[in-house]
Amino acid sequence: MAAALARRRARLARPPVTWRDLVRQPGLLAVCRKELGDQLGSRRFGILFVLILLAAASSVYTASGAIKDALSQAGSDAPPHTFLLLFTVAQDPLPPFYQFLSFLGPLVGIALGFDAINSEQERGTLARLLAQPIYRDSVINGKFLARLATASIMLVSITVLVGAVGIYRLGVIPGGEELVRLVAFLIVAIVFVGFWIALGLALSVYFRQPATAALAGIAIWLFATFFLGMIVDTIANALLAAGAVGDVQGYVQLQDVRMSLARISPNTLFSESTLAILLPRVRSLSFILPQETVGMIPDPLSLDQSLLLIWPQFTGLVALTALCFAAAYVRFMRAEIRSL
Amino acid sequence: MTASATAPAKDAARKGPERSTTVVDARGLTKRYESVVAVDGLDLKLREGEIFGLLGPNGAGKTTTILMLMGLTEPTAGDVRVLGFDPRHEPLEVKRRVGYLPEHVALYDDLSARSNLLYTADLNGIRGQEARDIAESALERVALADMADRKVRELSHGMRQRLGIADVLVKRPRLIVLDEPTLGLDPVAVEQLLDLILRAAREEGITVLLSSHQLMQVQRICDRVGIFARGKMVASGPIAELAEQLAEGLTVIELGAEADAAQVADALRAVRGVVDVMREGALWRVRAHGDVRPQLARAVIDRGWPLAHLRLRDFGLEEIYLRYFERTS
Repeated sequence: MAAALARRRARLARPPVTWRDLVRQPGLLAVCRKELGDQLGSRRFGILFVLILLAAASSVYTASGAIKDALSQAGSDAPPHTFLLLFTVAQDPLPPFYQFLSFLGPLVGIALGFDAINSEQERGTLARLLAQPIYRDSVINGKFLARLATASIMLVSITVLVGAVGIYRLGVIPGGEELVRLVAFLIVAIVFVGFWIALGLALSVYFRQPATAALAGIAIWLFATFFLGMIVDTIANALLAAGAVGDVQGYVQLQDVRMSLARISPNTLFSESTLAILLPRVRSLSFILPQETVGMIPDPLSLDQSLLLIWPQFTGLVALTALCFAAAYVRFMRAEIRSL
Repeated sequence: MTASATAPAKDAARKGPERSTTVVDARGLTKRYESVVAVDGLDLKLREGEIFGLLGPNGAGKTTTILMLMGLTEPTAGDVRVLGFDPRHEPLEVKRRVGYLPEHVALYDDLSARSNLLYTADLNGIRGQEARDIAESALERVALADMADRKVRELSHGMRQRLGIADVLVKRPRLIVLDEPTLGLDPVAVEQLLDLILRAAREEGITVLLSSHQLMQVQRICDRVGIFARGKMVASGPIAELAEQLAEGLTVIELGAEADAAQVADALRAVRGVVDVMREGALWRVRAHGDVRPQLARAVIDRGWPLAHLRLRDFGLEEIYLRYFERTS
């Protein structure tokens, strides 16, 4: 009894939790190491890597061709930020690199996450894992971190690879600011894929069958990527046709509503923020009437202004990711072991 | 002085149950799932170094009991101590010292046998050379050293089960808990596995709690058994003791006679000393005061019926088990 009381007192007297403690959480690094090894060595990773690499390389290759043509026609030296154009310019029928990522990023995230928990449940390894001296959090945290790291490795290496192709084709060396913008772009992209990993993880906790989870993930991906835009447009058009919009004021309001609705989708947030970060001349992400642009200086925004511009979008992405992860976490932590 | 003093003390602890410490102490352990009571007021005490068999049919609450001991599920009521720790409040302390092998041993199929053990070691905070040494010796212990680099999916069911035991030994446990370890194994593999468990337990002084519904298989290695039915422990103790309790001082004889059933029953009942007679398949089961085989044989043969079978039956675990379930159902 006295010993139990002493232990209890010791527990209560512990110093506050620090980051170091979080990393040293029993089992977190062990789970993370093992999962990272599994992911990087998996066929799935190879397939996704090749898929994204091919898409990115073809997009950047044609973009560099188009930029080169434009430069030679203009007969001038490359203007600033030419390097970043590689990732935003496209030549039909290929979409630009950032749009490719907004299509395929979700696929990567879902593919990495959809069977994180339920496959261990199915094979029965989860019970053995939880019988080890680790916190239950370590399992889900470690799995998420390992997948985030996998996605980061994939995105960074592919961007560097296609960037190199671009440099070779264009003969333009990126400046310091461009590199910082590229890093910011990568961070946004990692958070974006992180959202889809968290979603996949949540699905893997809620659905027992990995196949069902994958299907649900693909459904959400299709909805966010394609259908949400169409539905938003339909609603906006219906409002317009119904005469809800009388004057300019009303029209602006309608556009605002339309954009806000579209921003439910992480894809919209991603596209907007990457566009603003890669194209310094993007001055605003909200709807602007032509009259309002009068007097605007058509100069590129400075780096900090661009970052400020995407801050709300970026925060939204982080929040959505946290929300998905929280849903997975709560369900996982509360589940009875027998139902796991 | 210390070395010479501890060795006999350890020996004594293993031999004399009176002096050994309690490894598992559960009192009034209860688990309710919504409307179903899975475990109902269980009292269980395990002494250091013993092998305890938790026996009962499927759905008796064996796995639930184990999960509660491991701190993997919360008891609805009651109190548990495992190695002095409360699994509800200090699950990590329990899990650090207790090796648990779940039913349907599941290992990572696409990792090698060795990698599986190294992962478990890593989860227990053991890394580097120490982990490799431990994995190596665990693999040797279960006679899988030459399979160390094979992927688990290439191993047979028996090998996997042995690898499961090795996995449990990696953390150098003081108690190992095995849930249906012999399930789905062929008789030879069962023998191998049980020998392995027995040796590990005796050589390293590990306490073992194993659950099973296959009594004949596990009775050989259990020091004590507990019979579990519908969430309740209906009997527990050494097998010989249970048998004595059950027999109620009576002798049980099997007899086979080829004749009209009703007539045979009457003839057997008429023998002096016979308490009751029951049909068991093609045979008769006779309970009597003392060994009445000569009288029974005479009763059959005198009537001109061929005597096909006559045997004194020991109270084996199966008998014990069946009897307890007859009583509870």
